[in-house]
Amino acid sequence: MATSSSAGHDAHGSGQATRRDFLYVATVGLGAVAVGATVWPLIDQMNPAADVLALSSTEVDLSKIAEGQGITVQWRGKPVFVRHRTEKEIKEAEEVPLAELRDPETDDARVKAGKKQWLVMVGVCTHLGCIPLGQQGDYDGWFCPCHGSHYDSSGRIRRGPAPLNLPIPEYQFLSDTKIKIG
Amino acid sequence: MSSSTPFQTNSKVIKWIEARLPIISTIDGALVSYPAPRNLNYWWNFGSLAGFMLVAQIVTGIILVMHYTPHVTMAFASVEHIMRDVNYGWLMRYAHANGASMFFVVVYIHILRGLYYGSYKAPRELLWWLGIVIFLLMMATGFMGYVLPWGQMSFWGATVITNLFGALPLVGGDIVTWLWGGFSVDNATLNRFFSLHYLLPFVICAVVFLHLWALHTTKSSNPLGIEIKGDQDTVPFHPYYTAKDAFGLSVFLMFFAYWVFFNPNALGHPDNYIEANPMVTPAHIVPEWYFLPFYAILRAVPDKLGGVLAMGGAIVILFFMPYLDFSKVRSAKFRPIYKQAFWLFVLDGILLGYVGAMPAEGIWILVGRIASVYYFAHFLVIVPLISWFEKPLPVPESIAKAVLGDAAKA
Repeated sequence: MATSSSAGHDAHGSGQATRRDFLYVATVGLGAVAVGATVWPLIDQMNPAADVLALSSTEVDLSKIAEGQGITVQWRGKPVFVRHRTEKEIKEAEEVPLAELRDPETDDARVKAGKKQWLVMVGVCTHLGCIPLGQQGDYDGWFCPCHGSHYDSSGRIRRGPAPLNLPIPEYQFLSDTKIKIG
Repeated sequence: MSSSTPFQTNSKVIKWIEARLPIISTIDGALVSYPAPRNLNYWWNFGSLAGFMLVAQIVTGIILVMHYTPHVTMAFASVEHIMRDVNYGWLMRYAHANGASMFFVVVYIHILRGLYYGSYKAPRELLWWLGIVIFLLMMATGFMGYVLPWGQMSFWGATVITNLFGALPLVGGDIVTWLWGGFSVDNATLNRFFSLHYLLPFVICAVVFLHLWALHTTKSSNPLGIEIKGDQDTVPFHPYYTAKDAFGLSVFLMFFAYWVFFNPNALGHPDNYIEANPMVTPAHIVPEWYFLPFYAILRAVPDKLGGVLAMGGAIVILFFMPYLDFSKVRSAKFRPIYKQAFWLFVLDGILLGYVGAMPAEGIWILVGRIASVYYFAHFLVIVPLISWFEKPLPVPESIAKAVLGDAAKA
């Protein structure tokens, strides 16, 4: 009796794991997994629901947008700017040296090859989510009235608190006059 | 005048209850026999006023929920239904909307009183921290409540504030989507804000309970900033401060009533009477007045993450006040230099509030930056330096001596 109890103490003292240690670790470990598995649904329920995720893509007819005009369409609850740019705007956008940009990106990278006149981008300011106003600001592009961010004619951030260019959504040309966003 | 006596009763019923749940003696200890310093001035009224406003907001809020519909297609109309059709609905809504402003007025004065009289110093650090937690909960509650009418300012305020979390590196975007429950502020967002707006006031109640528990453990501070040394320094809370608080409440209610009955929309924004439109941002977004100083700090930093951190830091820095100010003397009454710094800080806060309401352009950007730097300099440079160099005036021996002079009993 005395021997066995002192043996148990020795095992602890010398840092060797006992059967009891194993049971403690296994119990606590399993308990932590169970708590995590229970809490996750409580957190994940706040993520977009299936019906929100299922929001379909949007098709836009470009034939009615004259040069120098732009329209705003709704996609996933957000405005998307579709602008038929003028030669002057394209030229301005292409001539900006990349070193001058906060979020360096060439104009070519923001439009589809051969469709330079069409600029399609999510019209949500990358600062805090307001909708910038078109054909305003100091760079012949967009201006966000909330906190004064200026975007150029390629939708790139030029001045103000916004960190990034206006994002380009996934879209493709179905024909010369029709695009599908999403 | 013996200040306070422990709870005693001859009632058998009360004795029966007390032996099982000492609730009556606890209430007595908190509101009747609680020994309060005899020299509390009117700045000490604002704690009980804040408590009153919490109750008033909960009562009017519960009533509004009986008539409000939390859905993007119906929320705006249901608020107009409350205003036009529901019996006294206009009164409930105006009292609740202006009540939020009144709650913040009272709490800002309560916080400034704490800063002036050094109420955050040992042994009241926990009391102070719990107060800041209440302040943060109030800000969250106020913000989410403003979203519920689903007007233009509701929608775009919600968009701007939730996007603040997008500034966090790596996880920012996912967190914003999680907060929204979608890819923009929408019905899921409105519903969860409604749920939390109803919940948080009760969380505030729980923290207020802890705040009072801490208060009754350390006892109230006072304008002299010296500790209670004995019965001669105190008077029982009832009737002395129940009466004083009731008088203060009457005056405050006149102020409150002025806004509710004579100027109910002055503190709101006209754009919030336009229904939310996710396609059009109002030309000039401003938060409610009580957020303006922090909004000005957010806009002062020309970097998204930096602005968010500065705005959060402006409140977090209050937690460190007990250590940033290490002067041995509590009350600004005996601190000639700190007193001036305090008032400059108040002016700076008002200036920041003014800048926050102005468009972010021209001279306001510069003024906002200077005022923001001063805000942080007050806490990080001015207050510690004053604690170091200032020579405080002599502090009286005891509250009773200072108040009663020679008439004080030893």
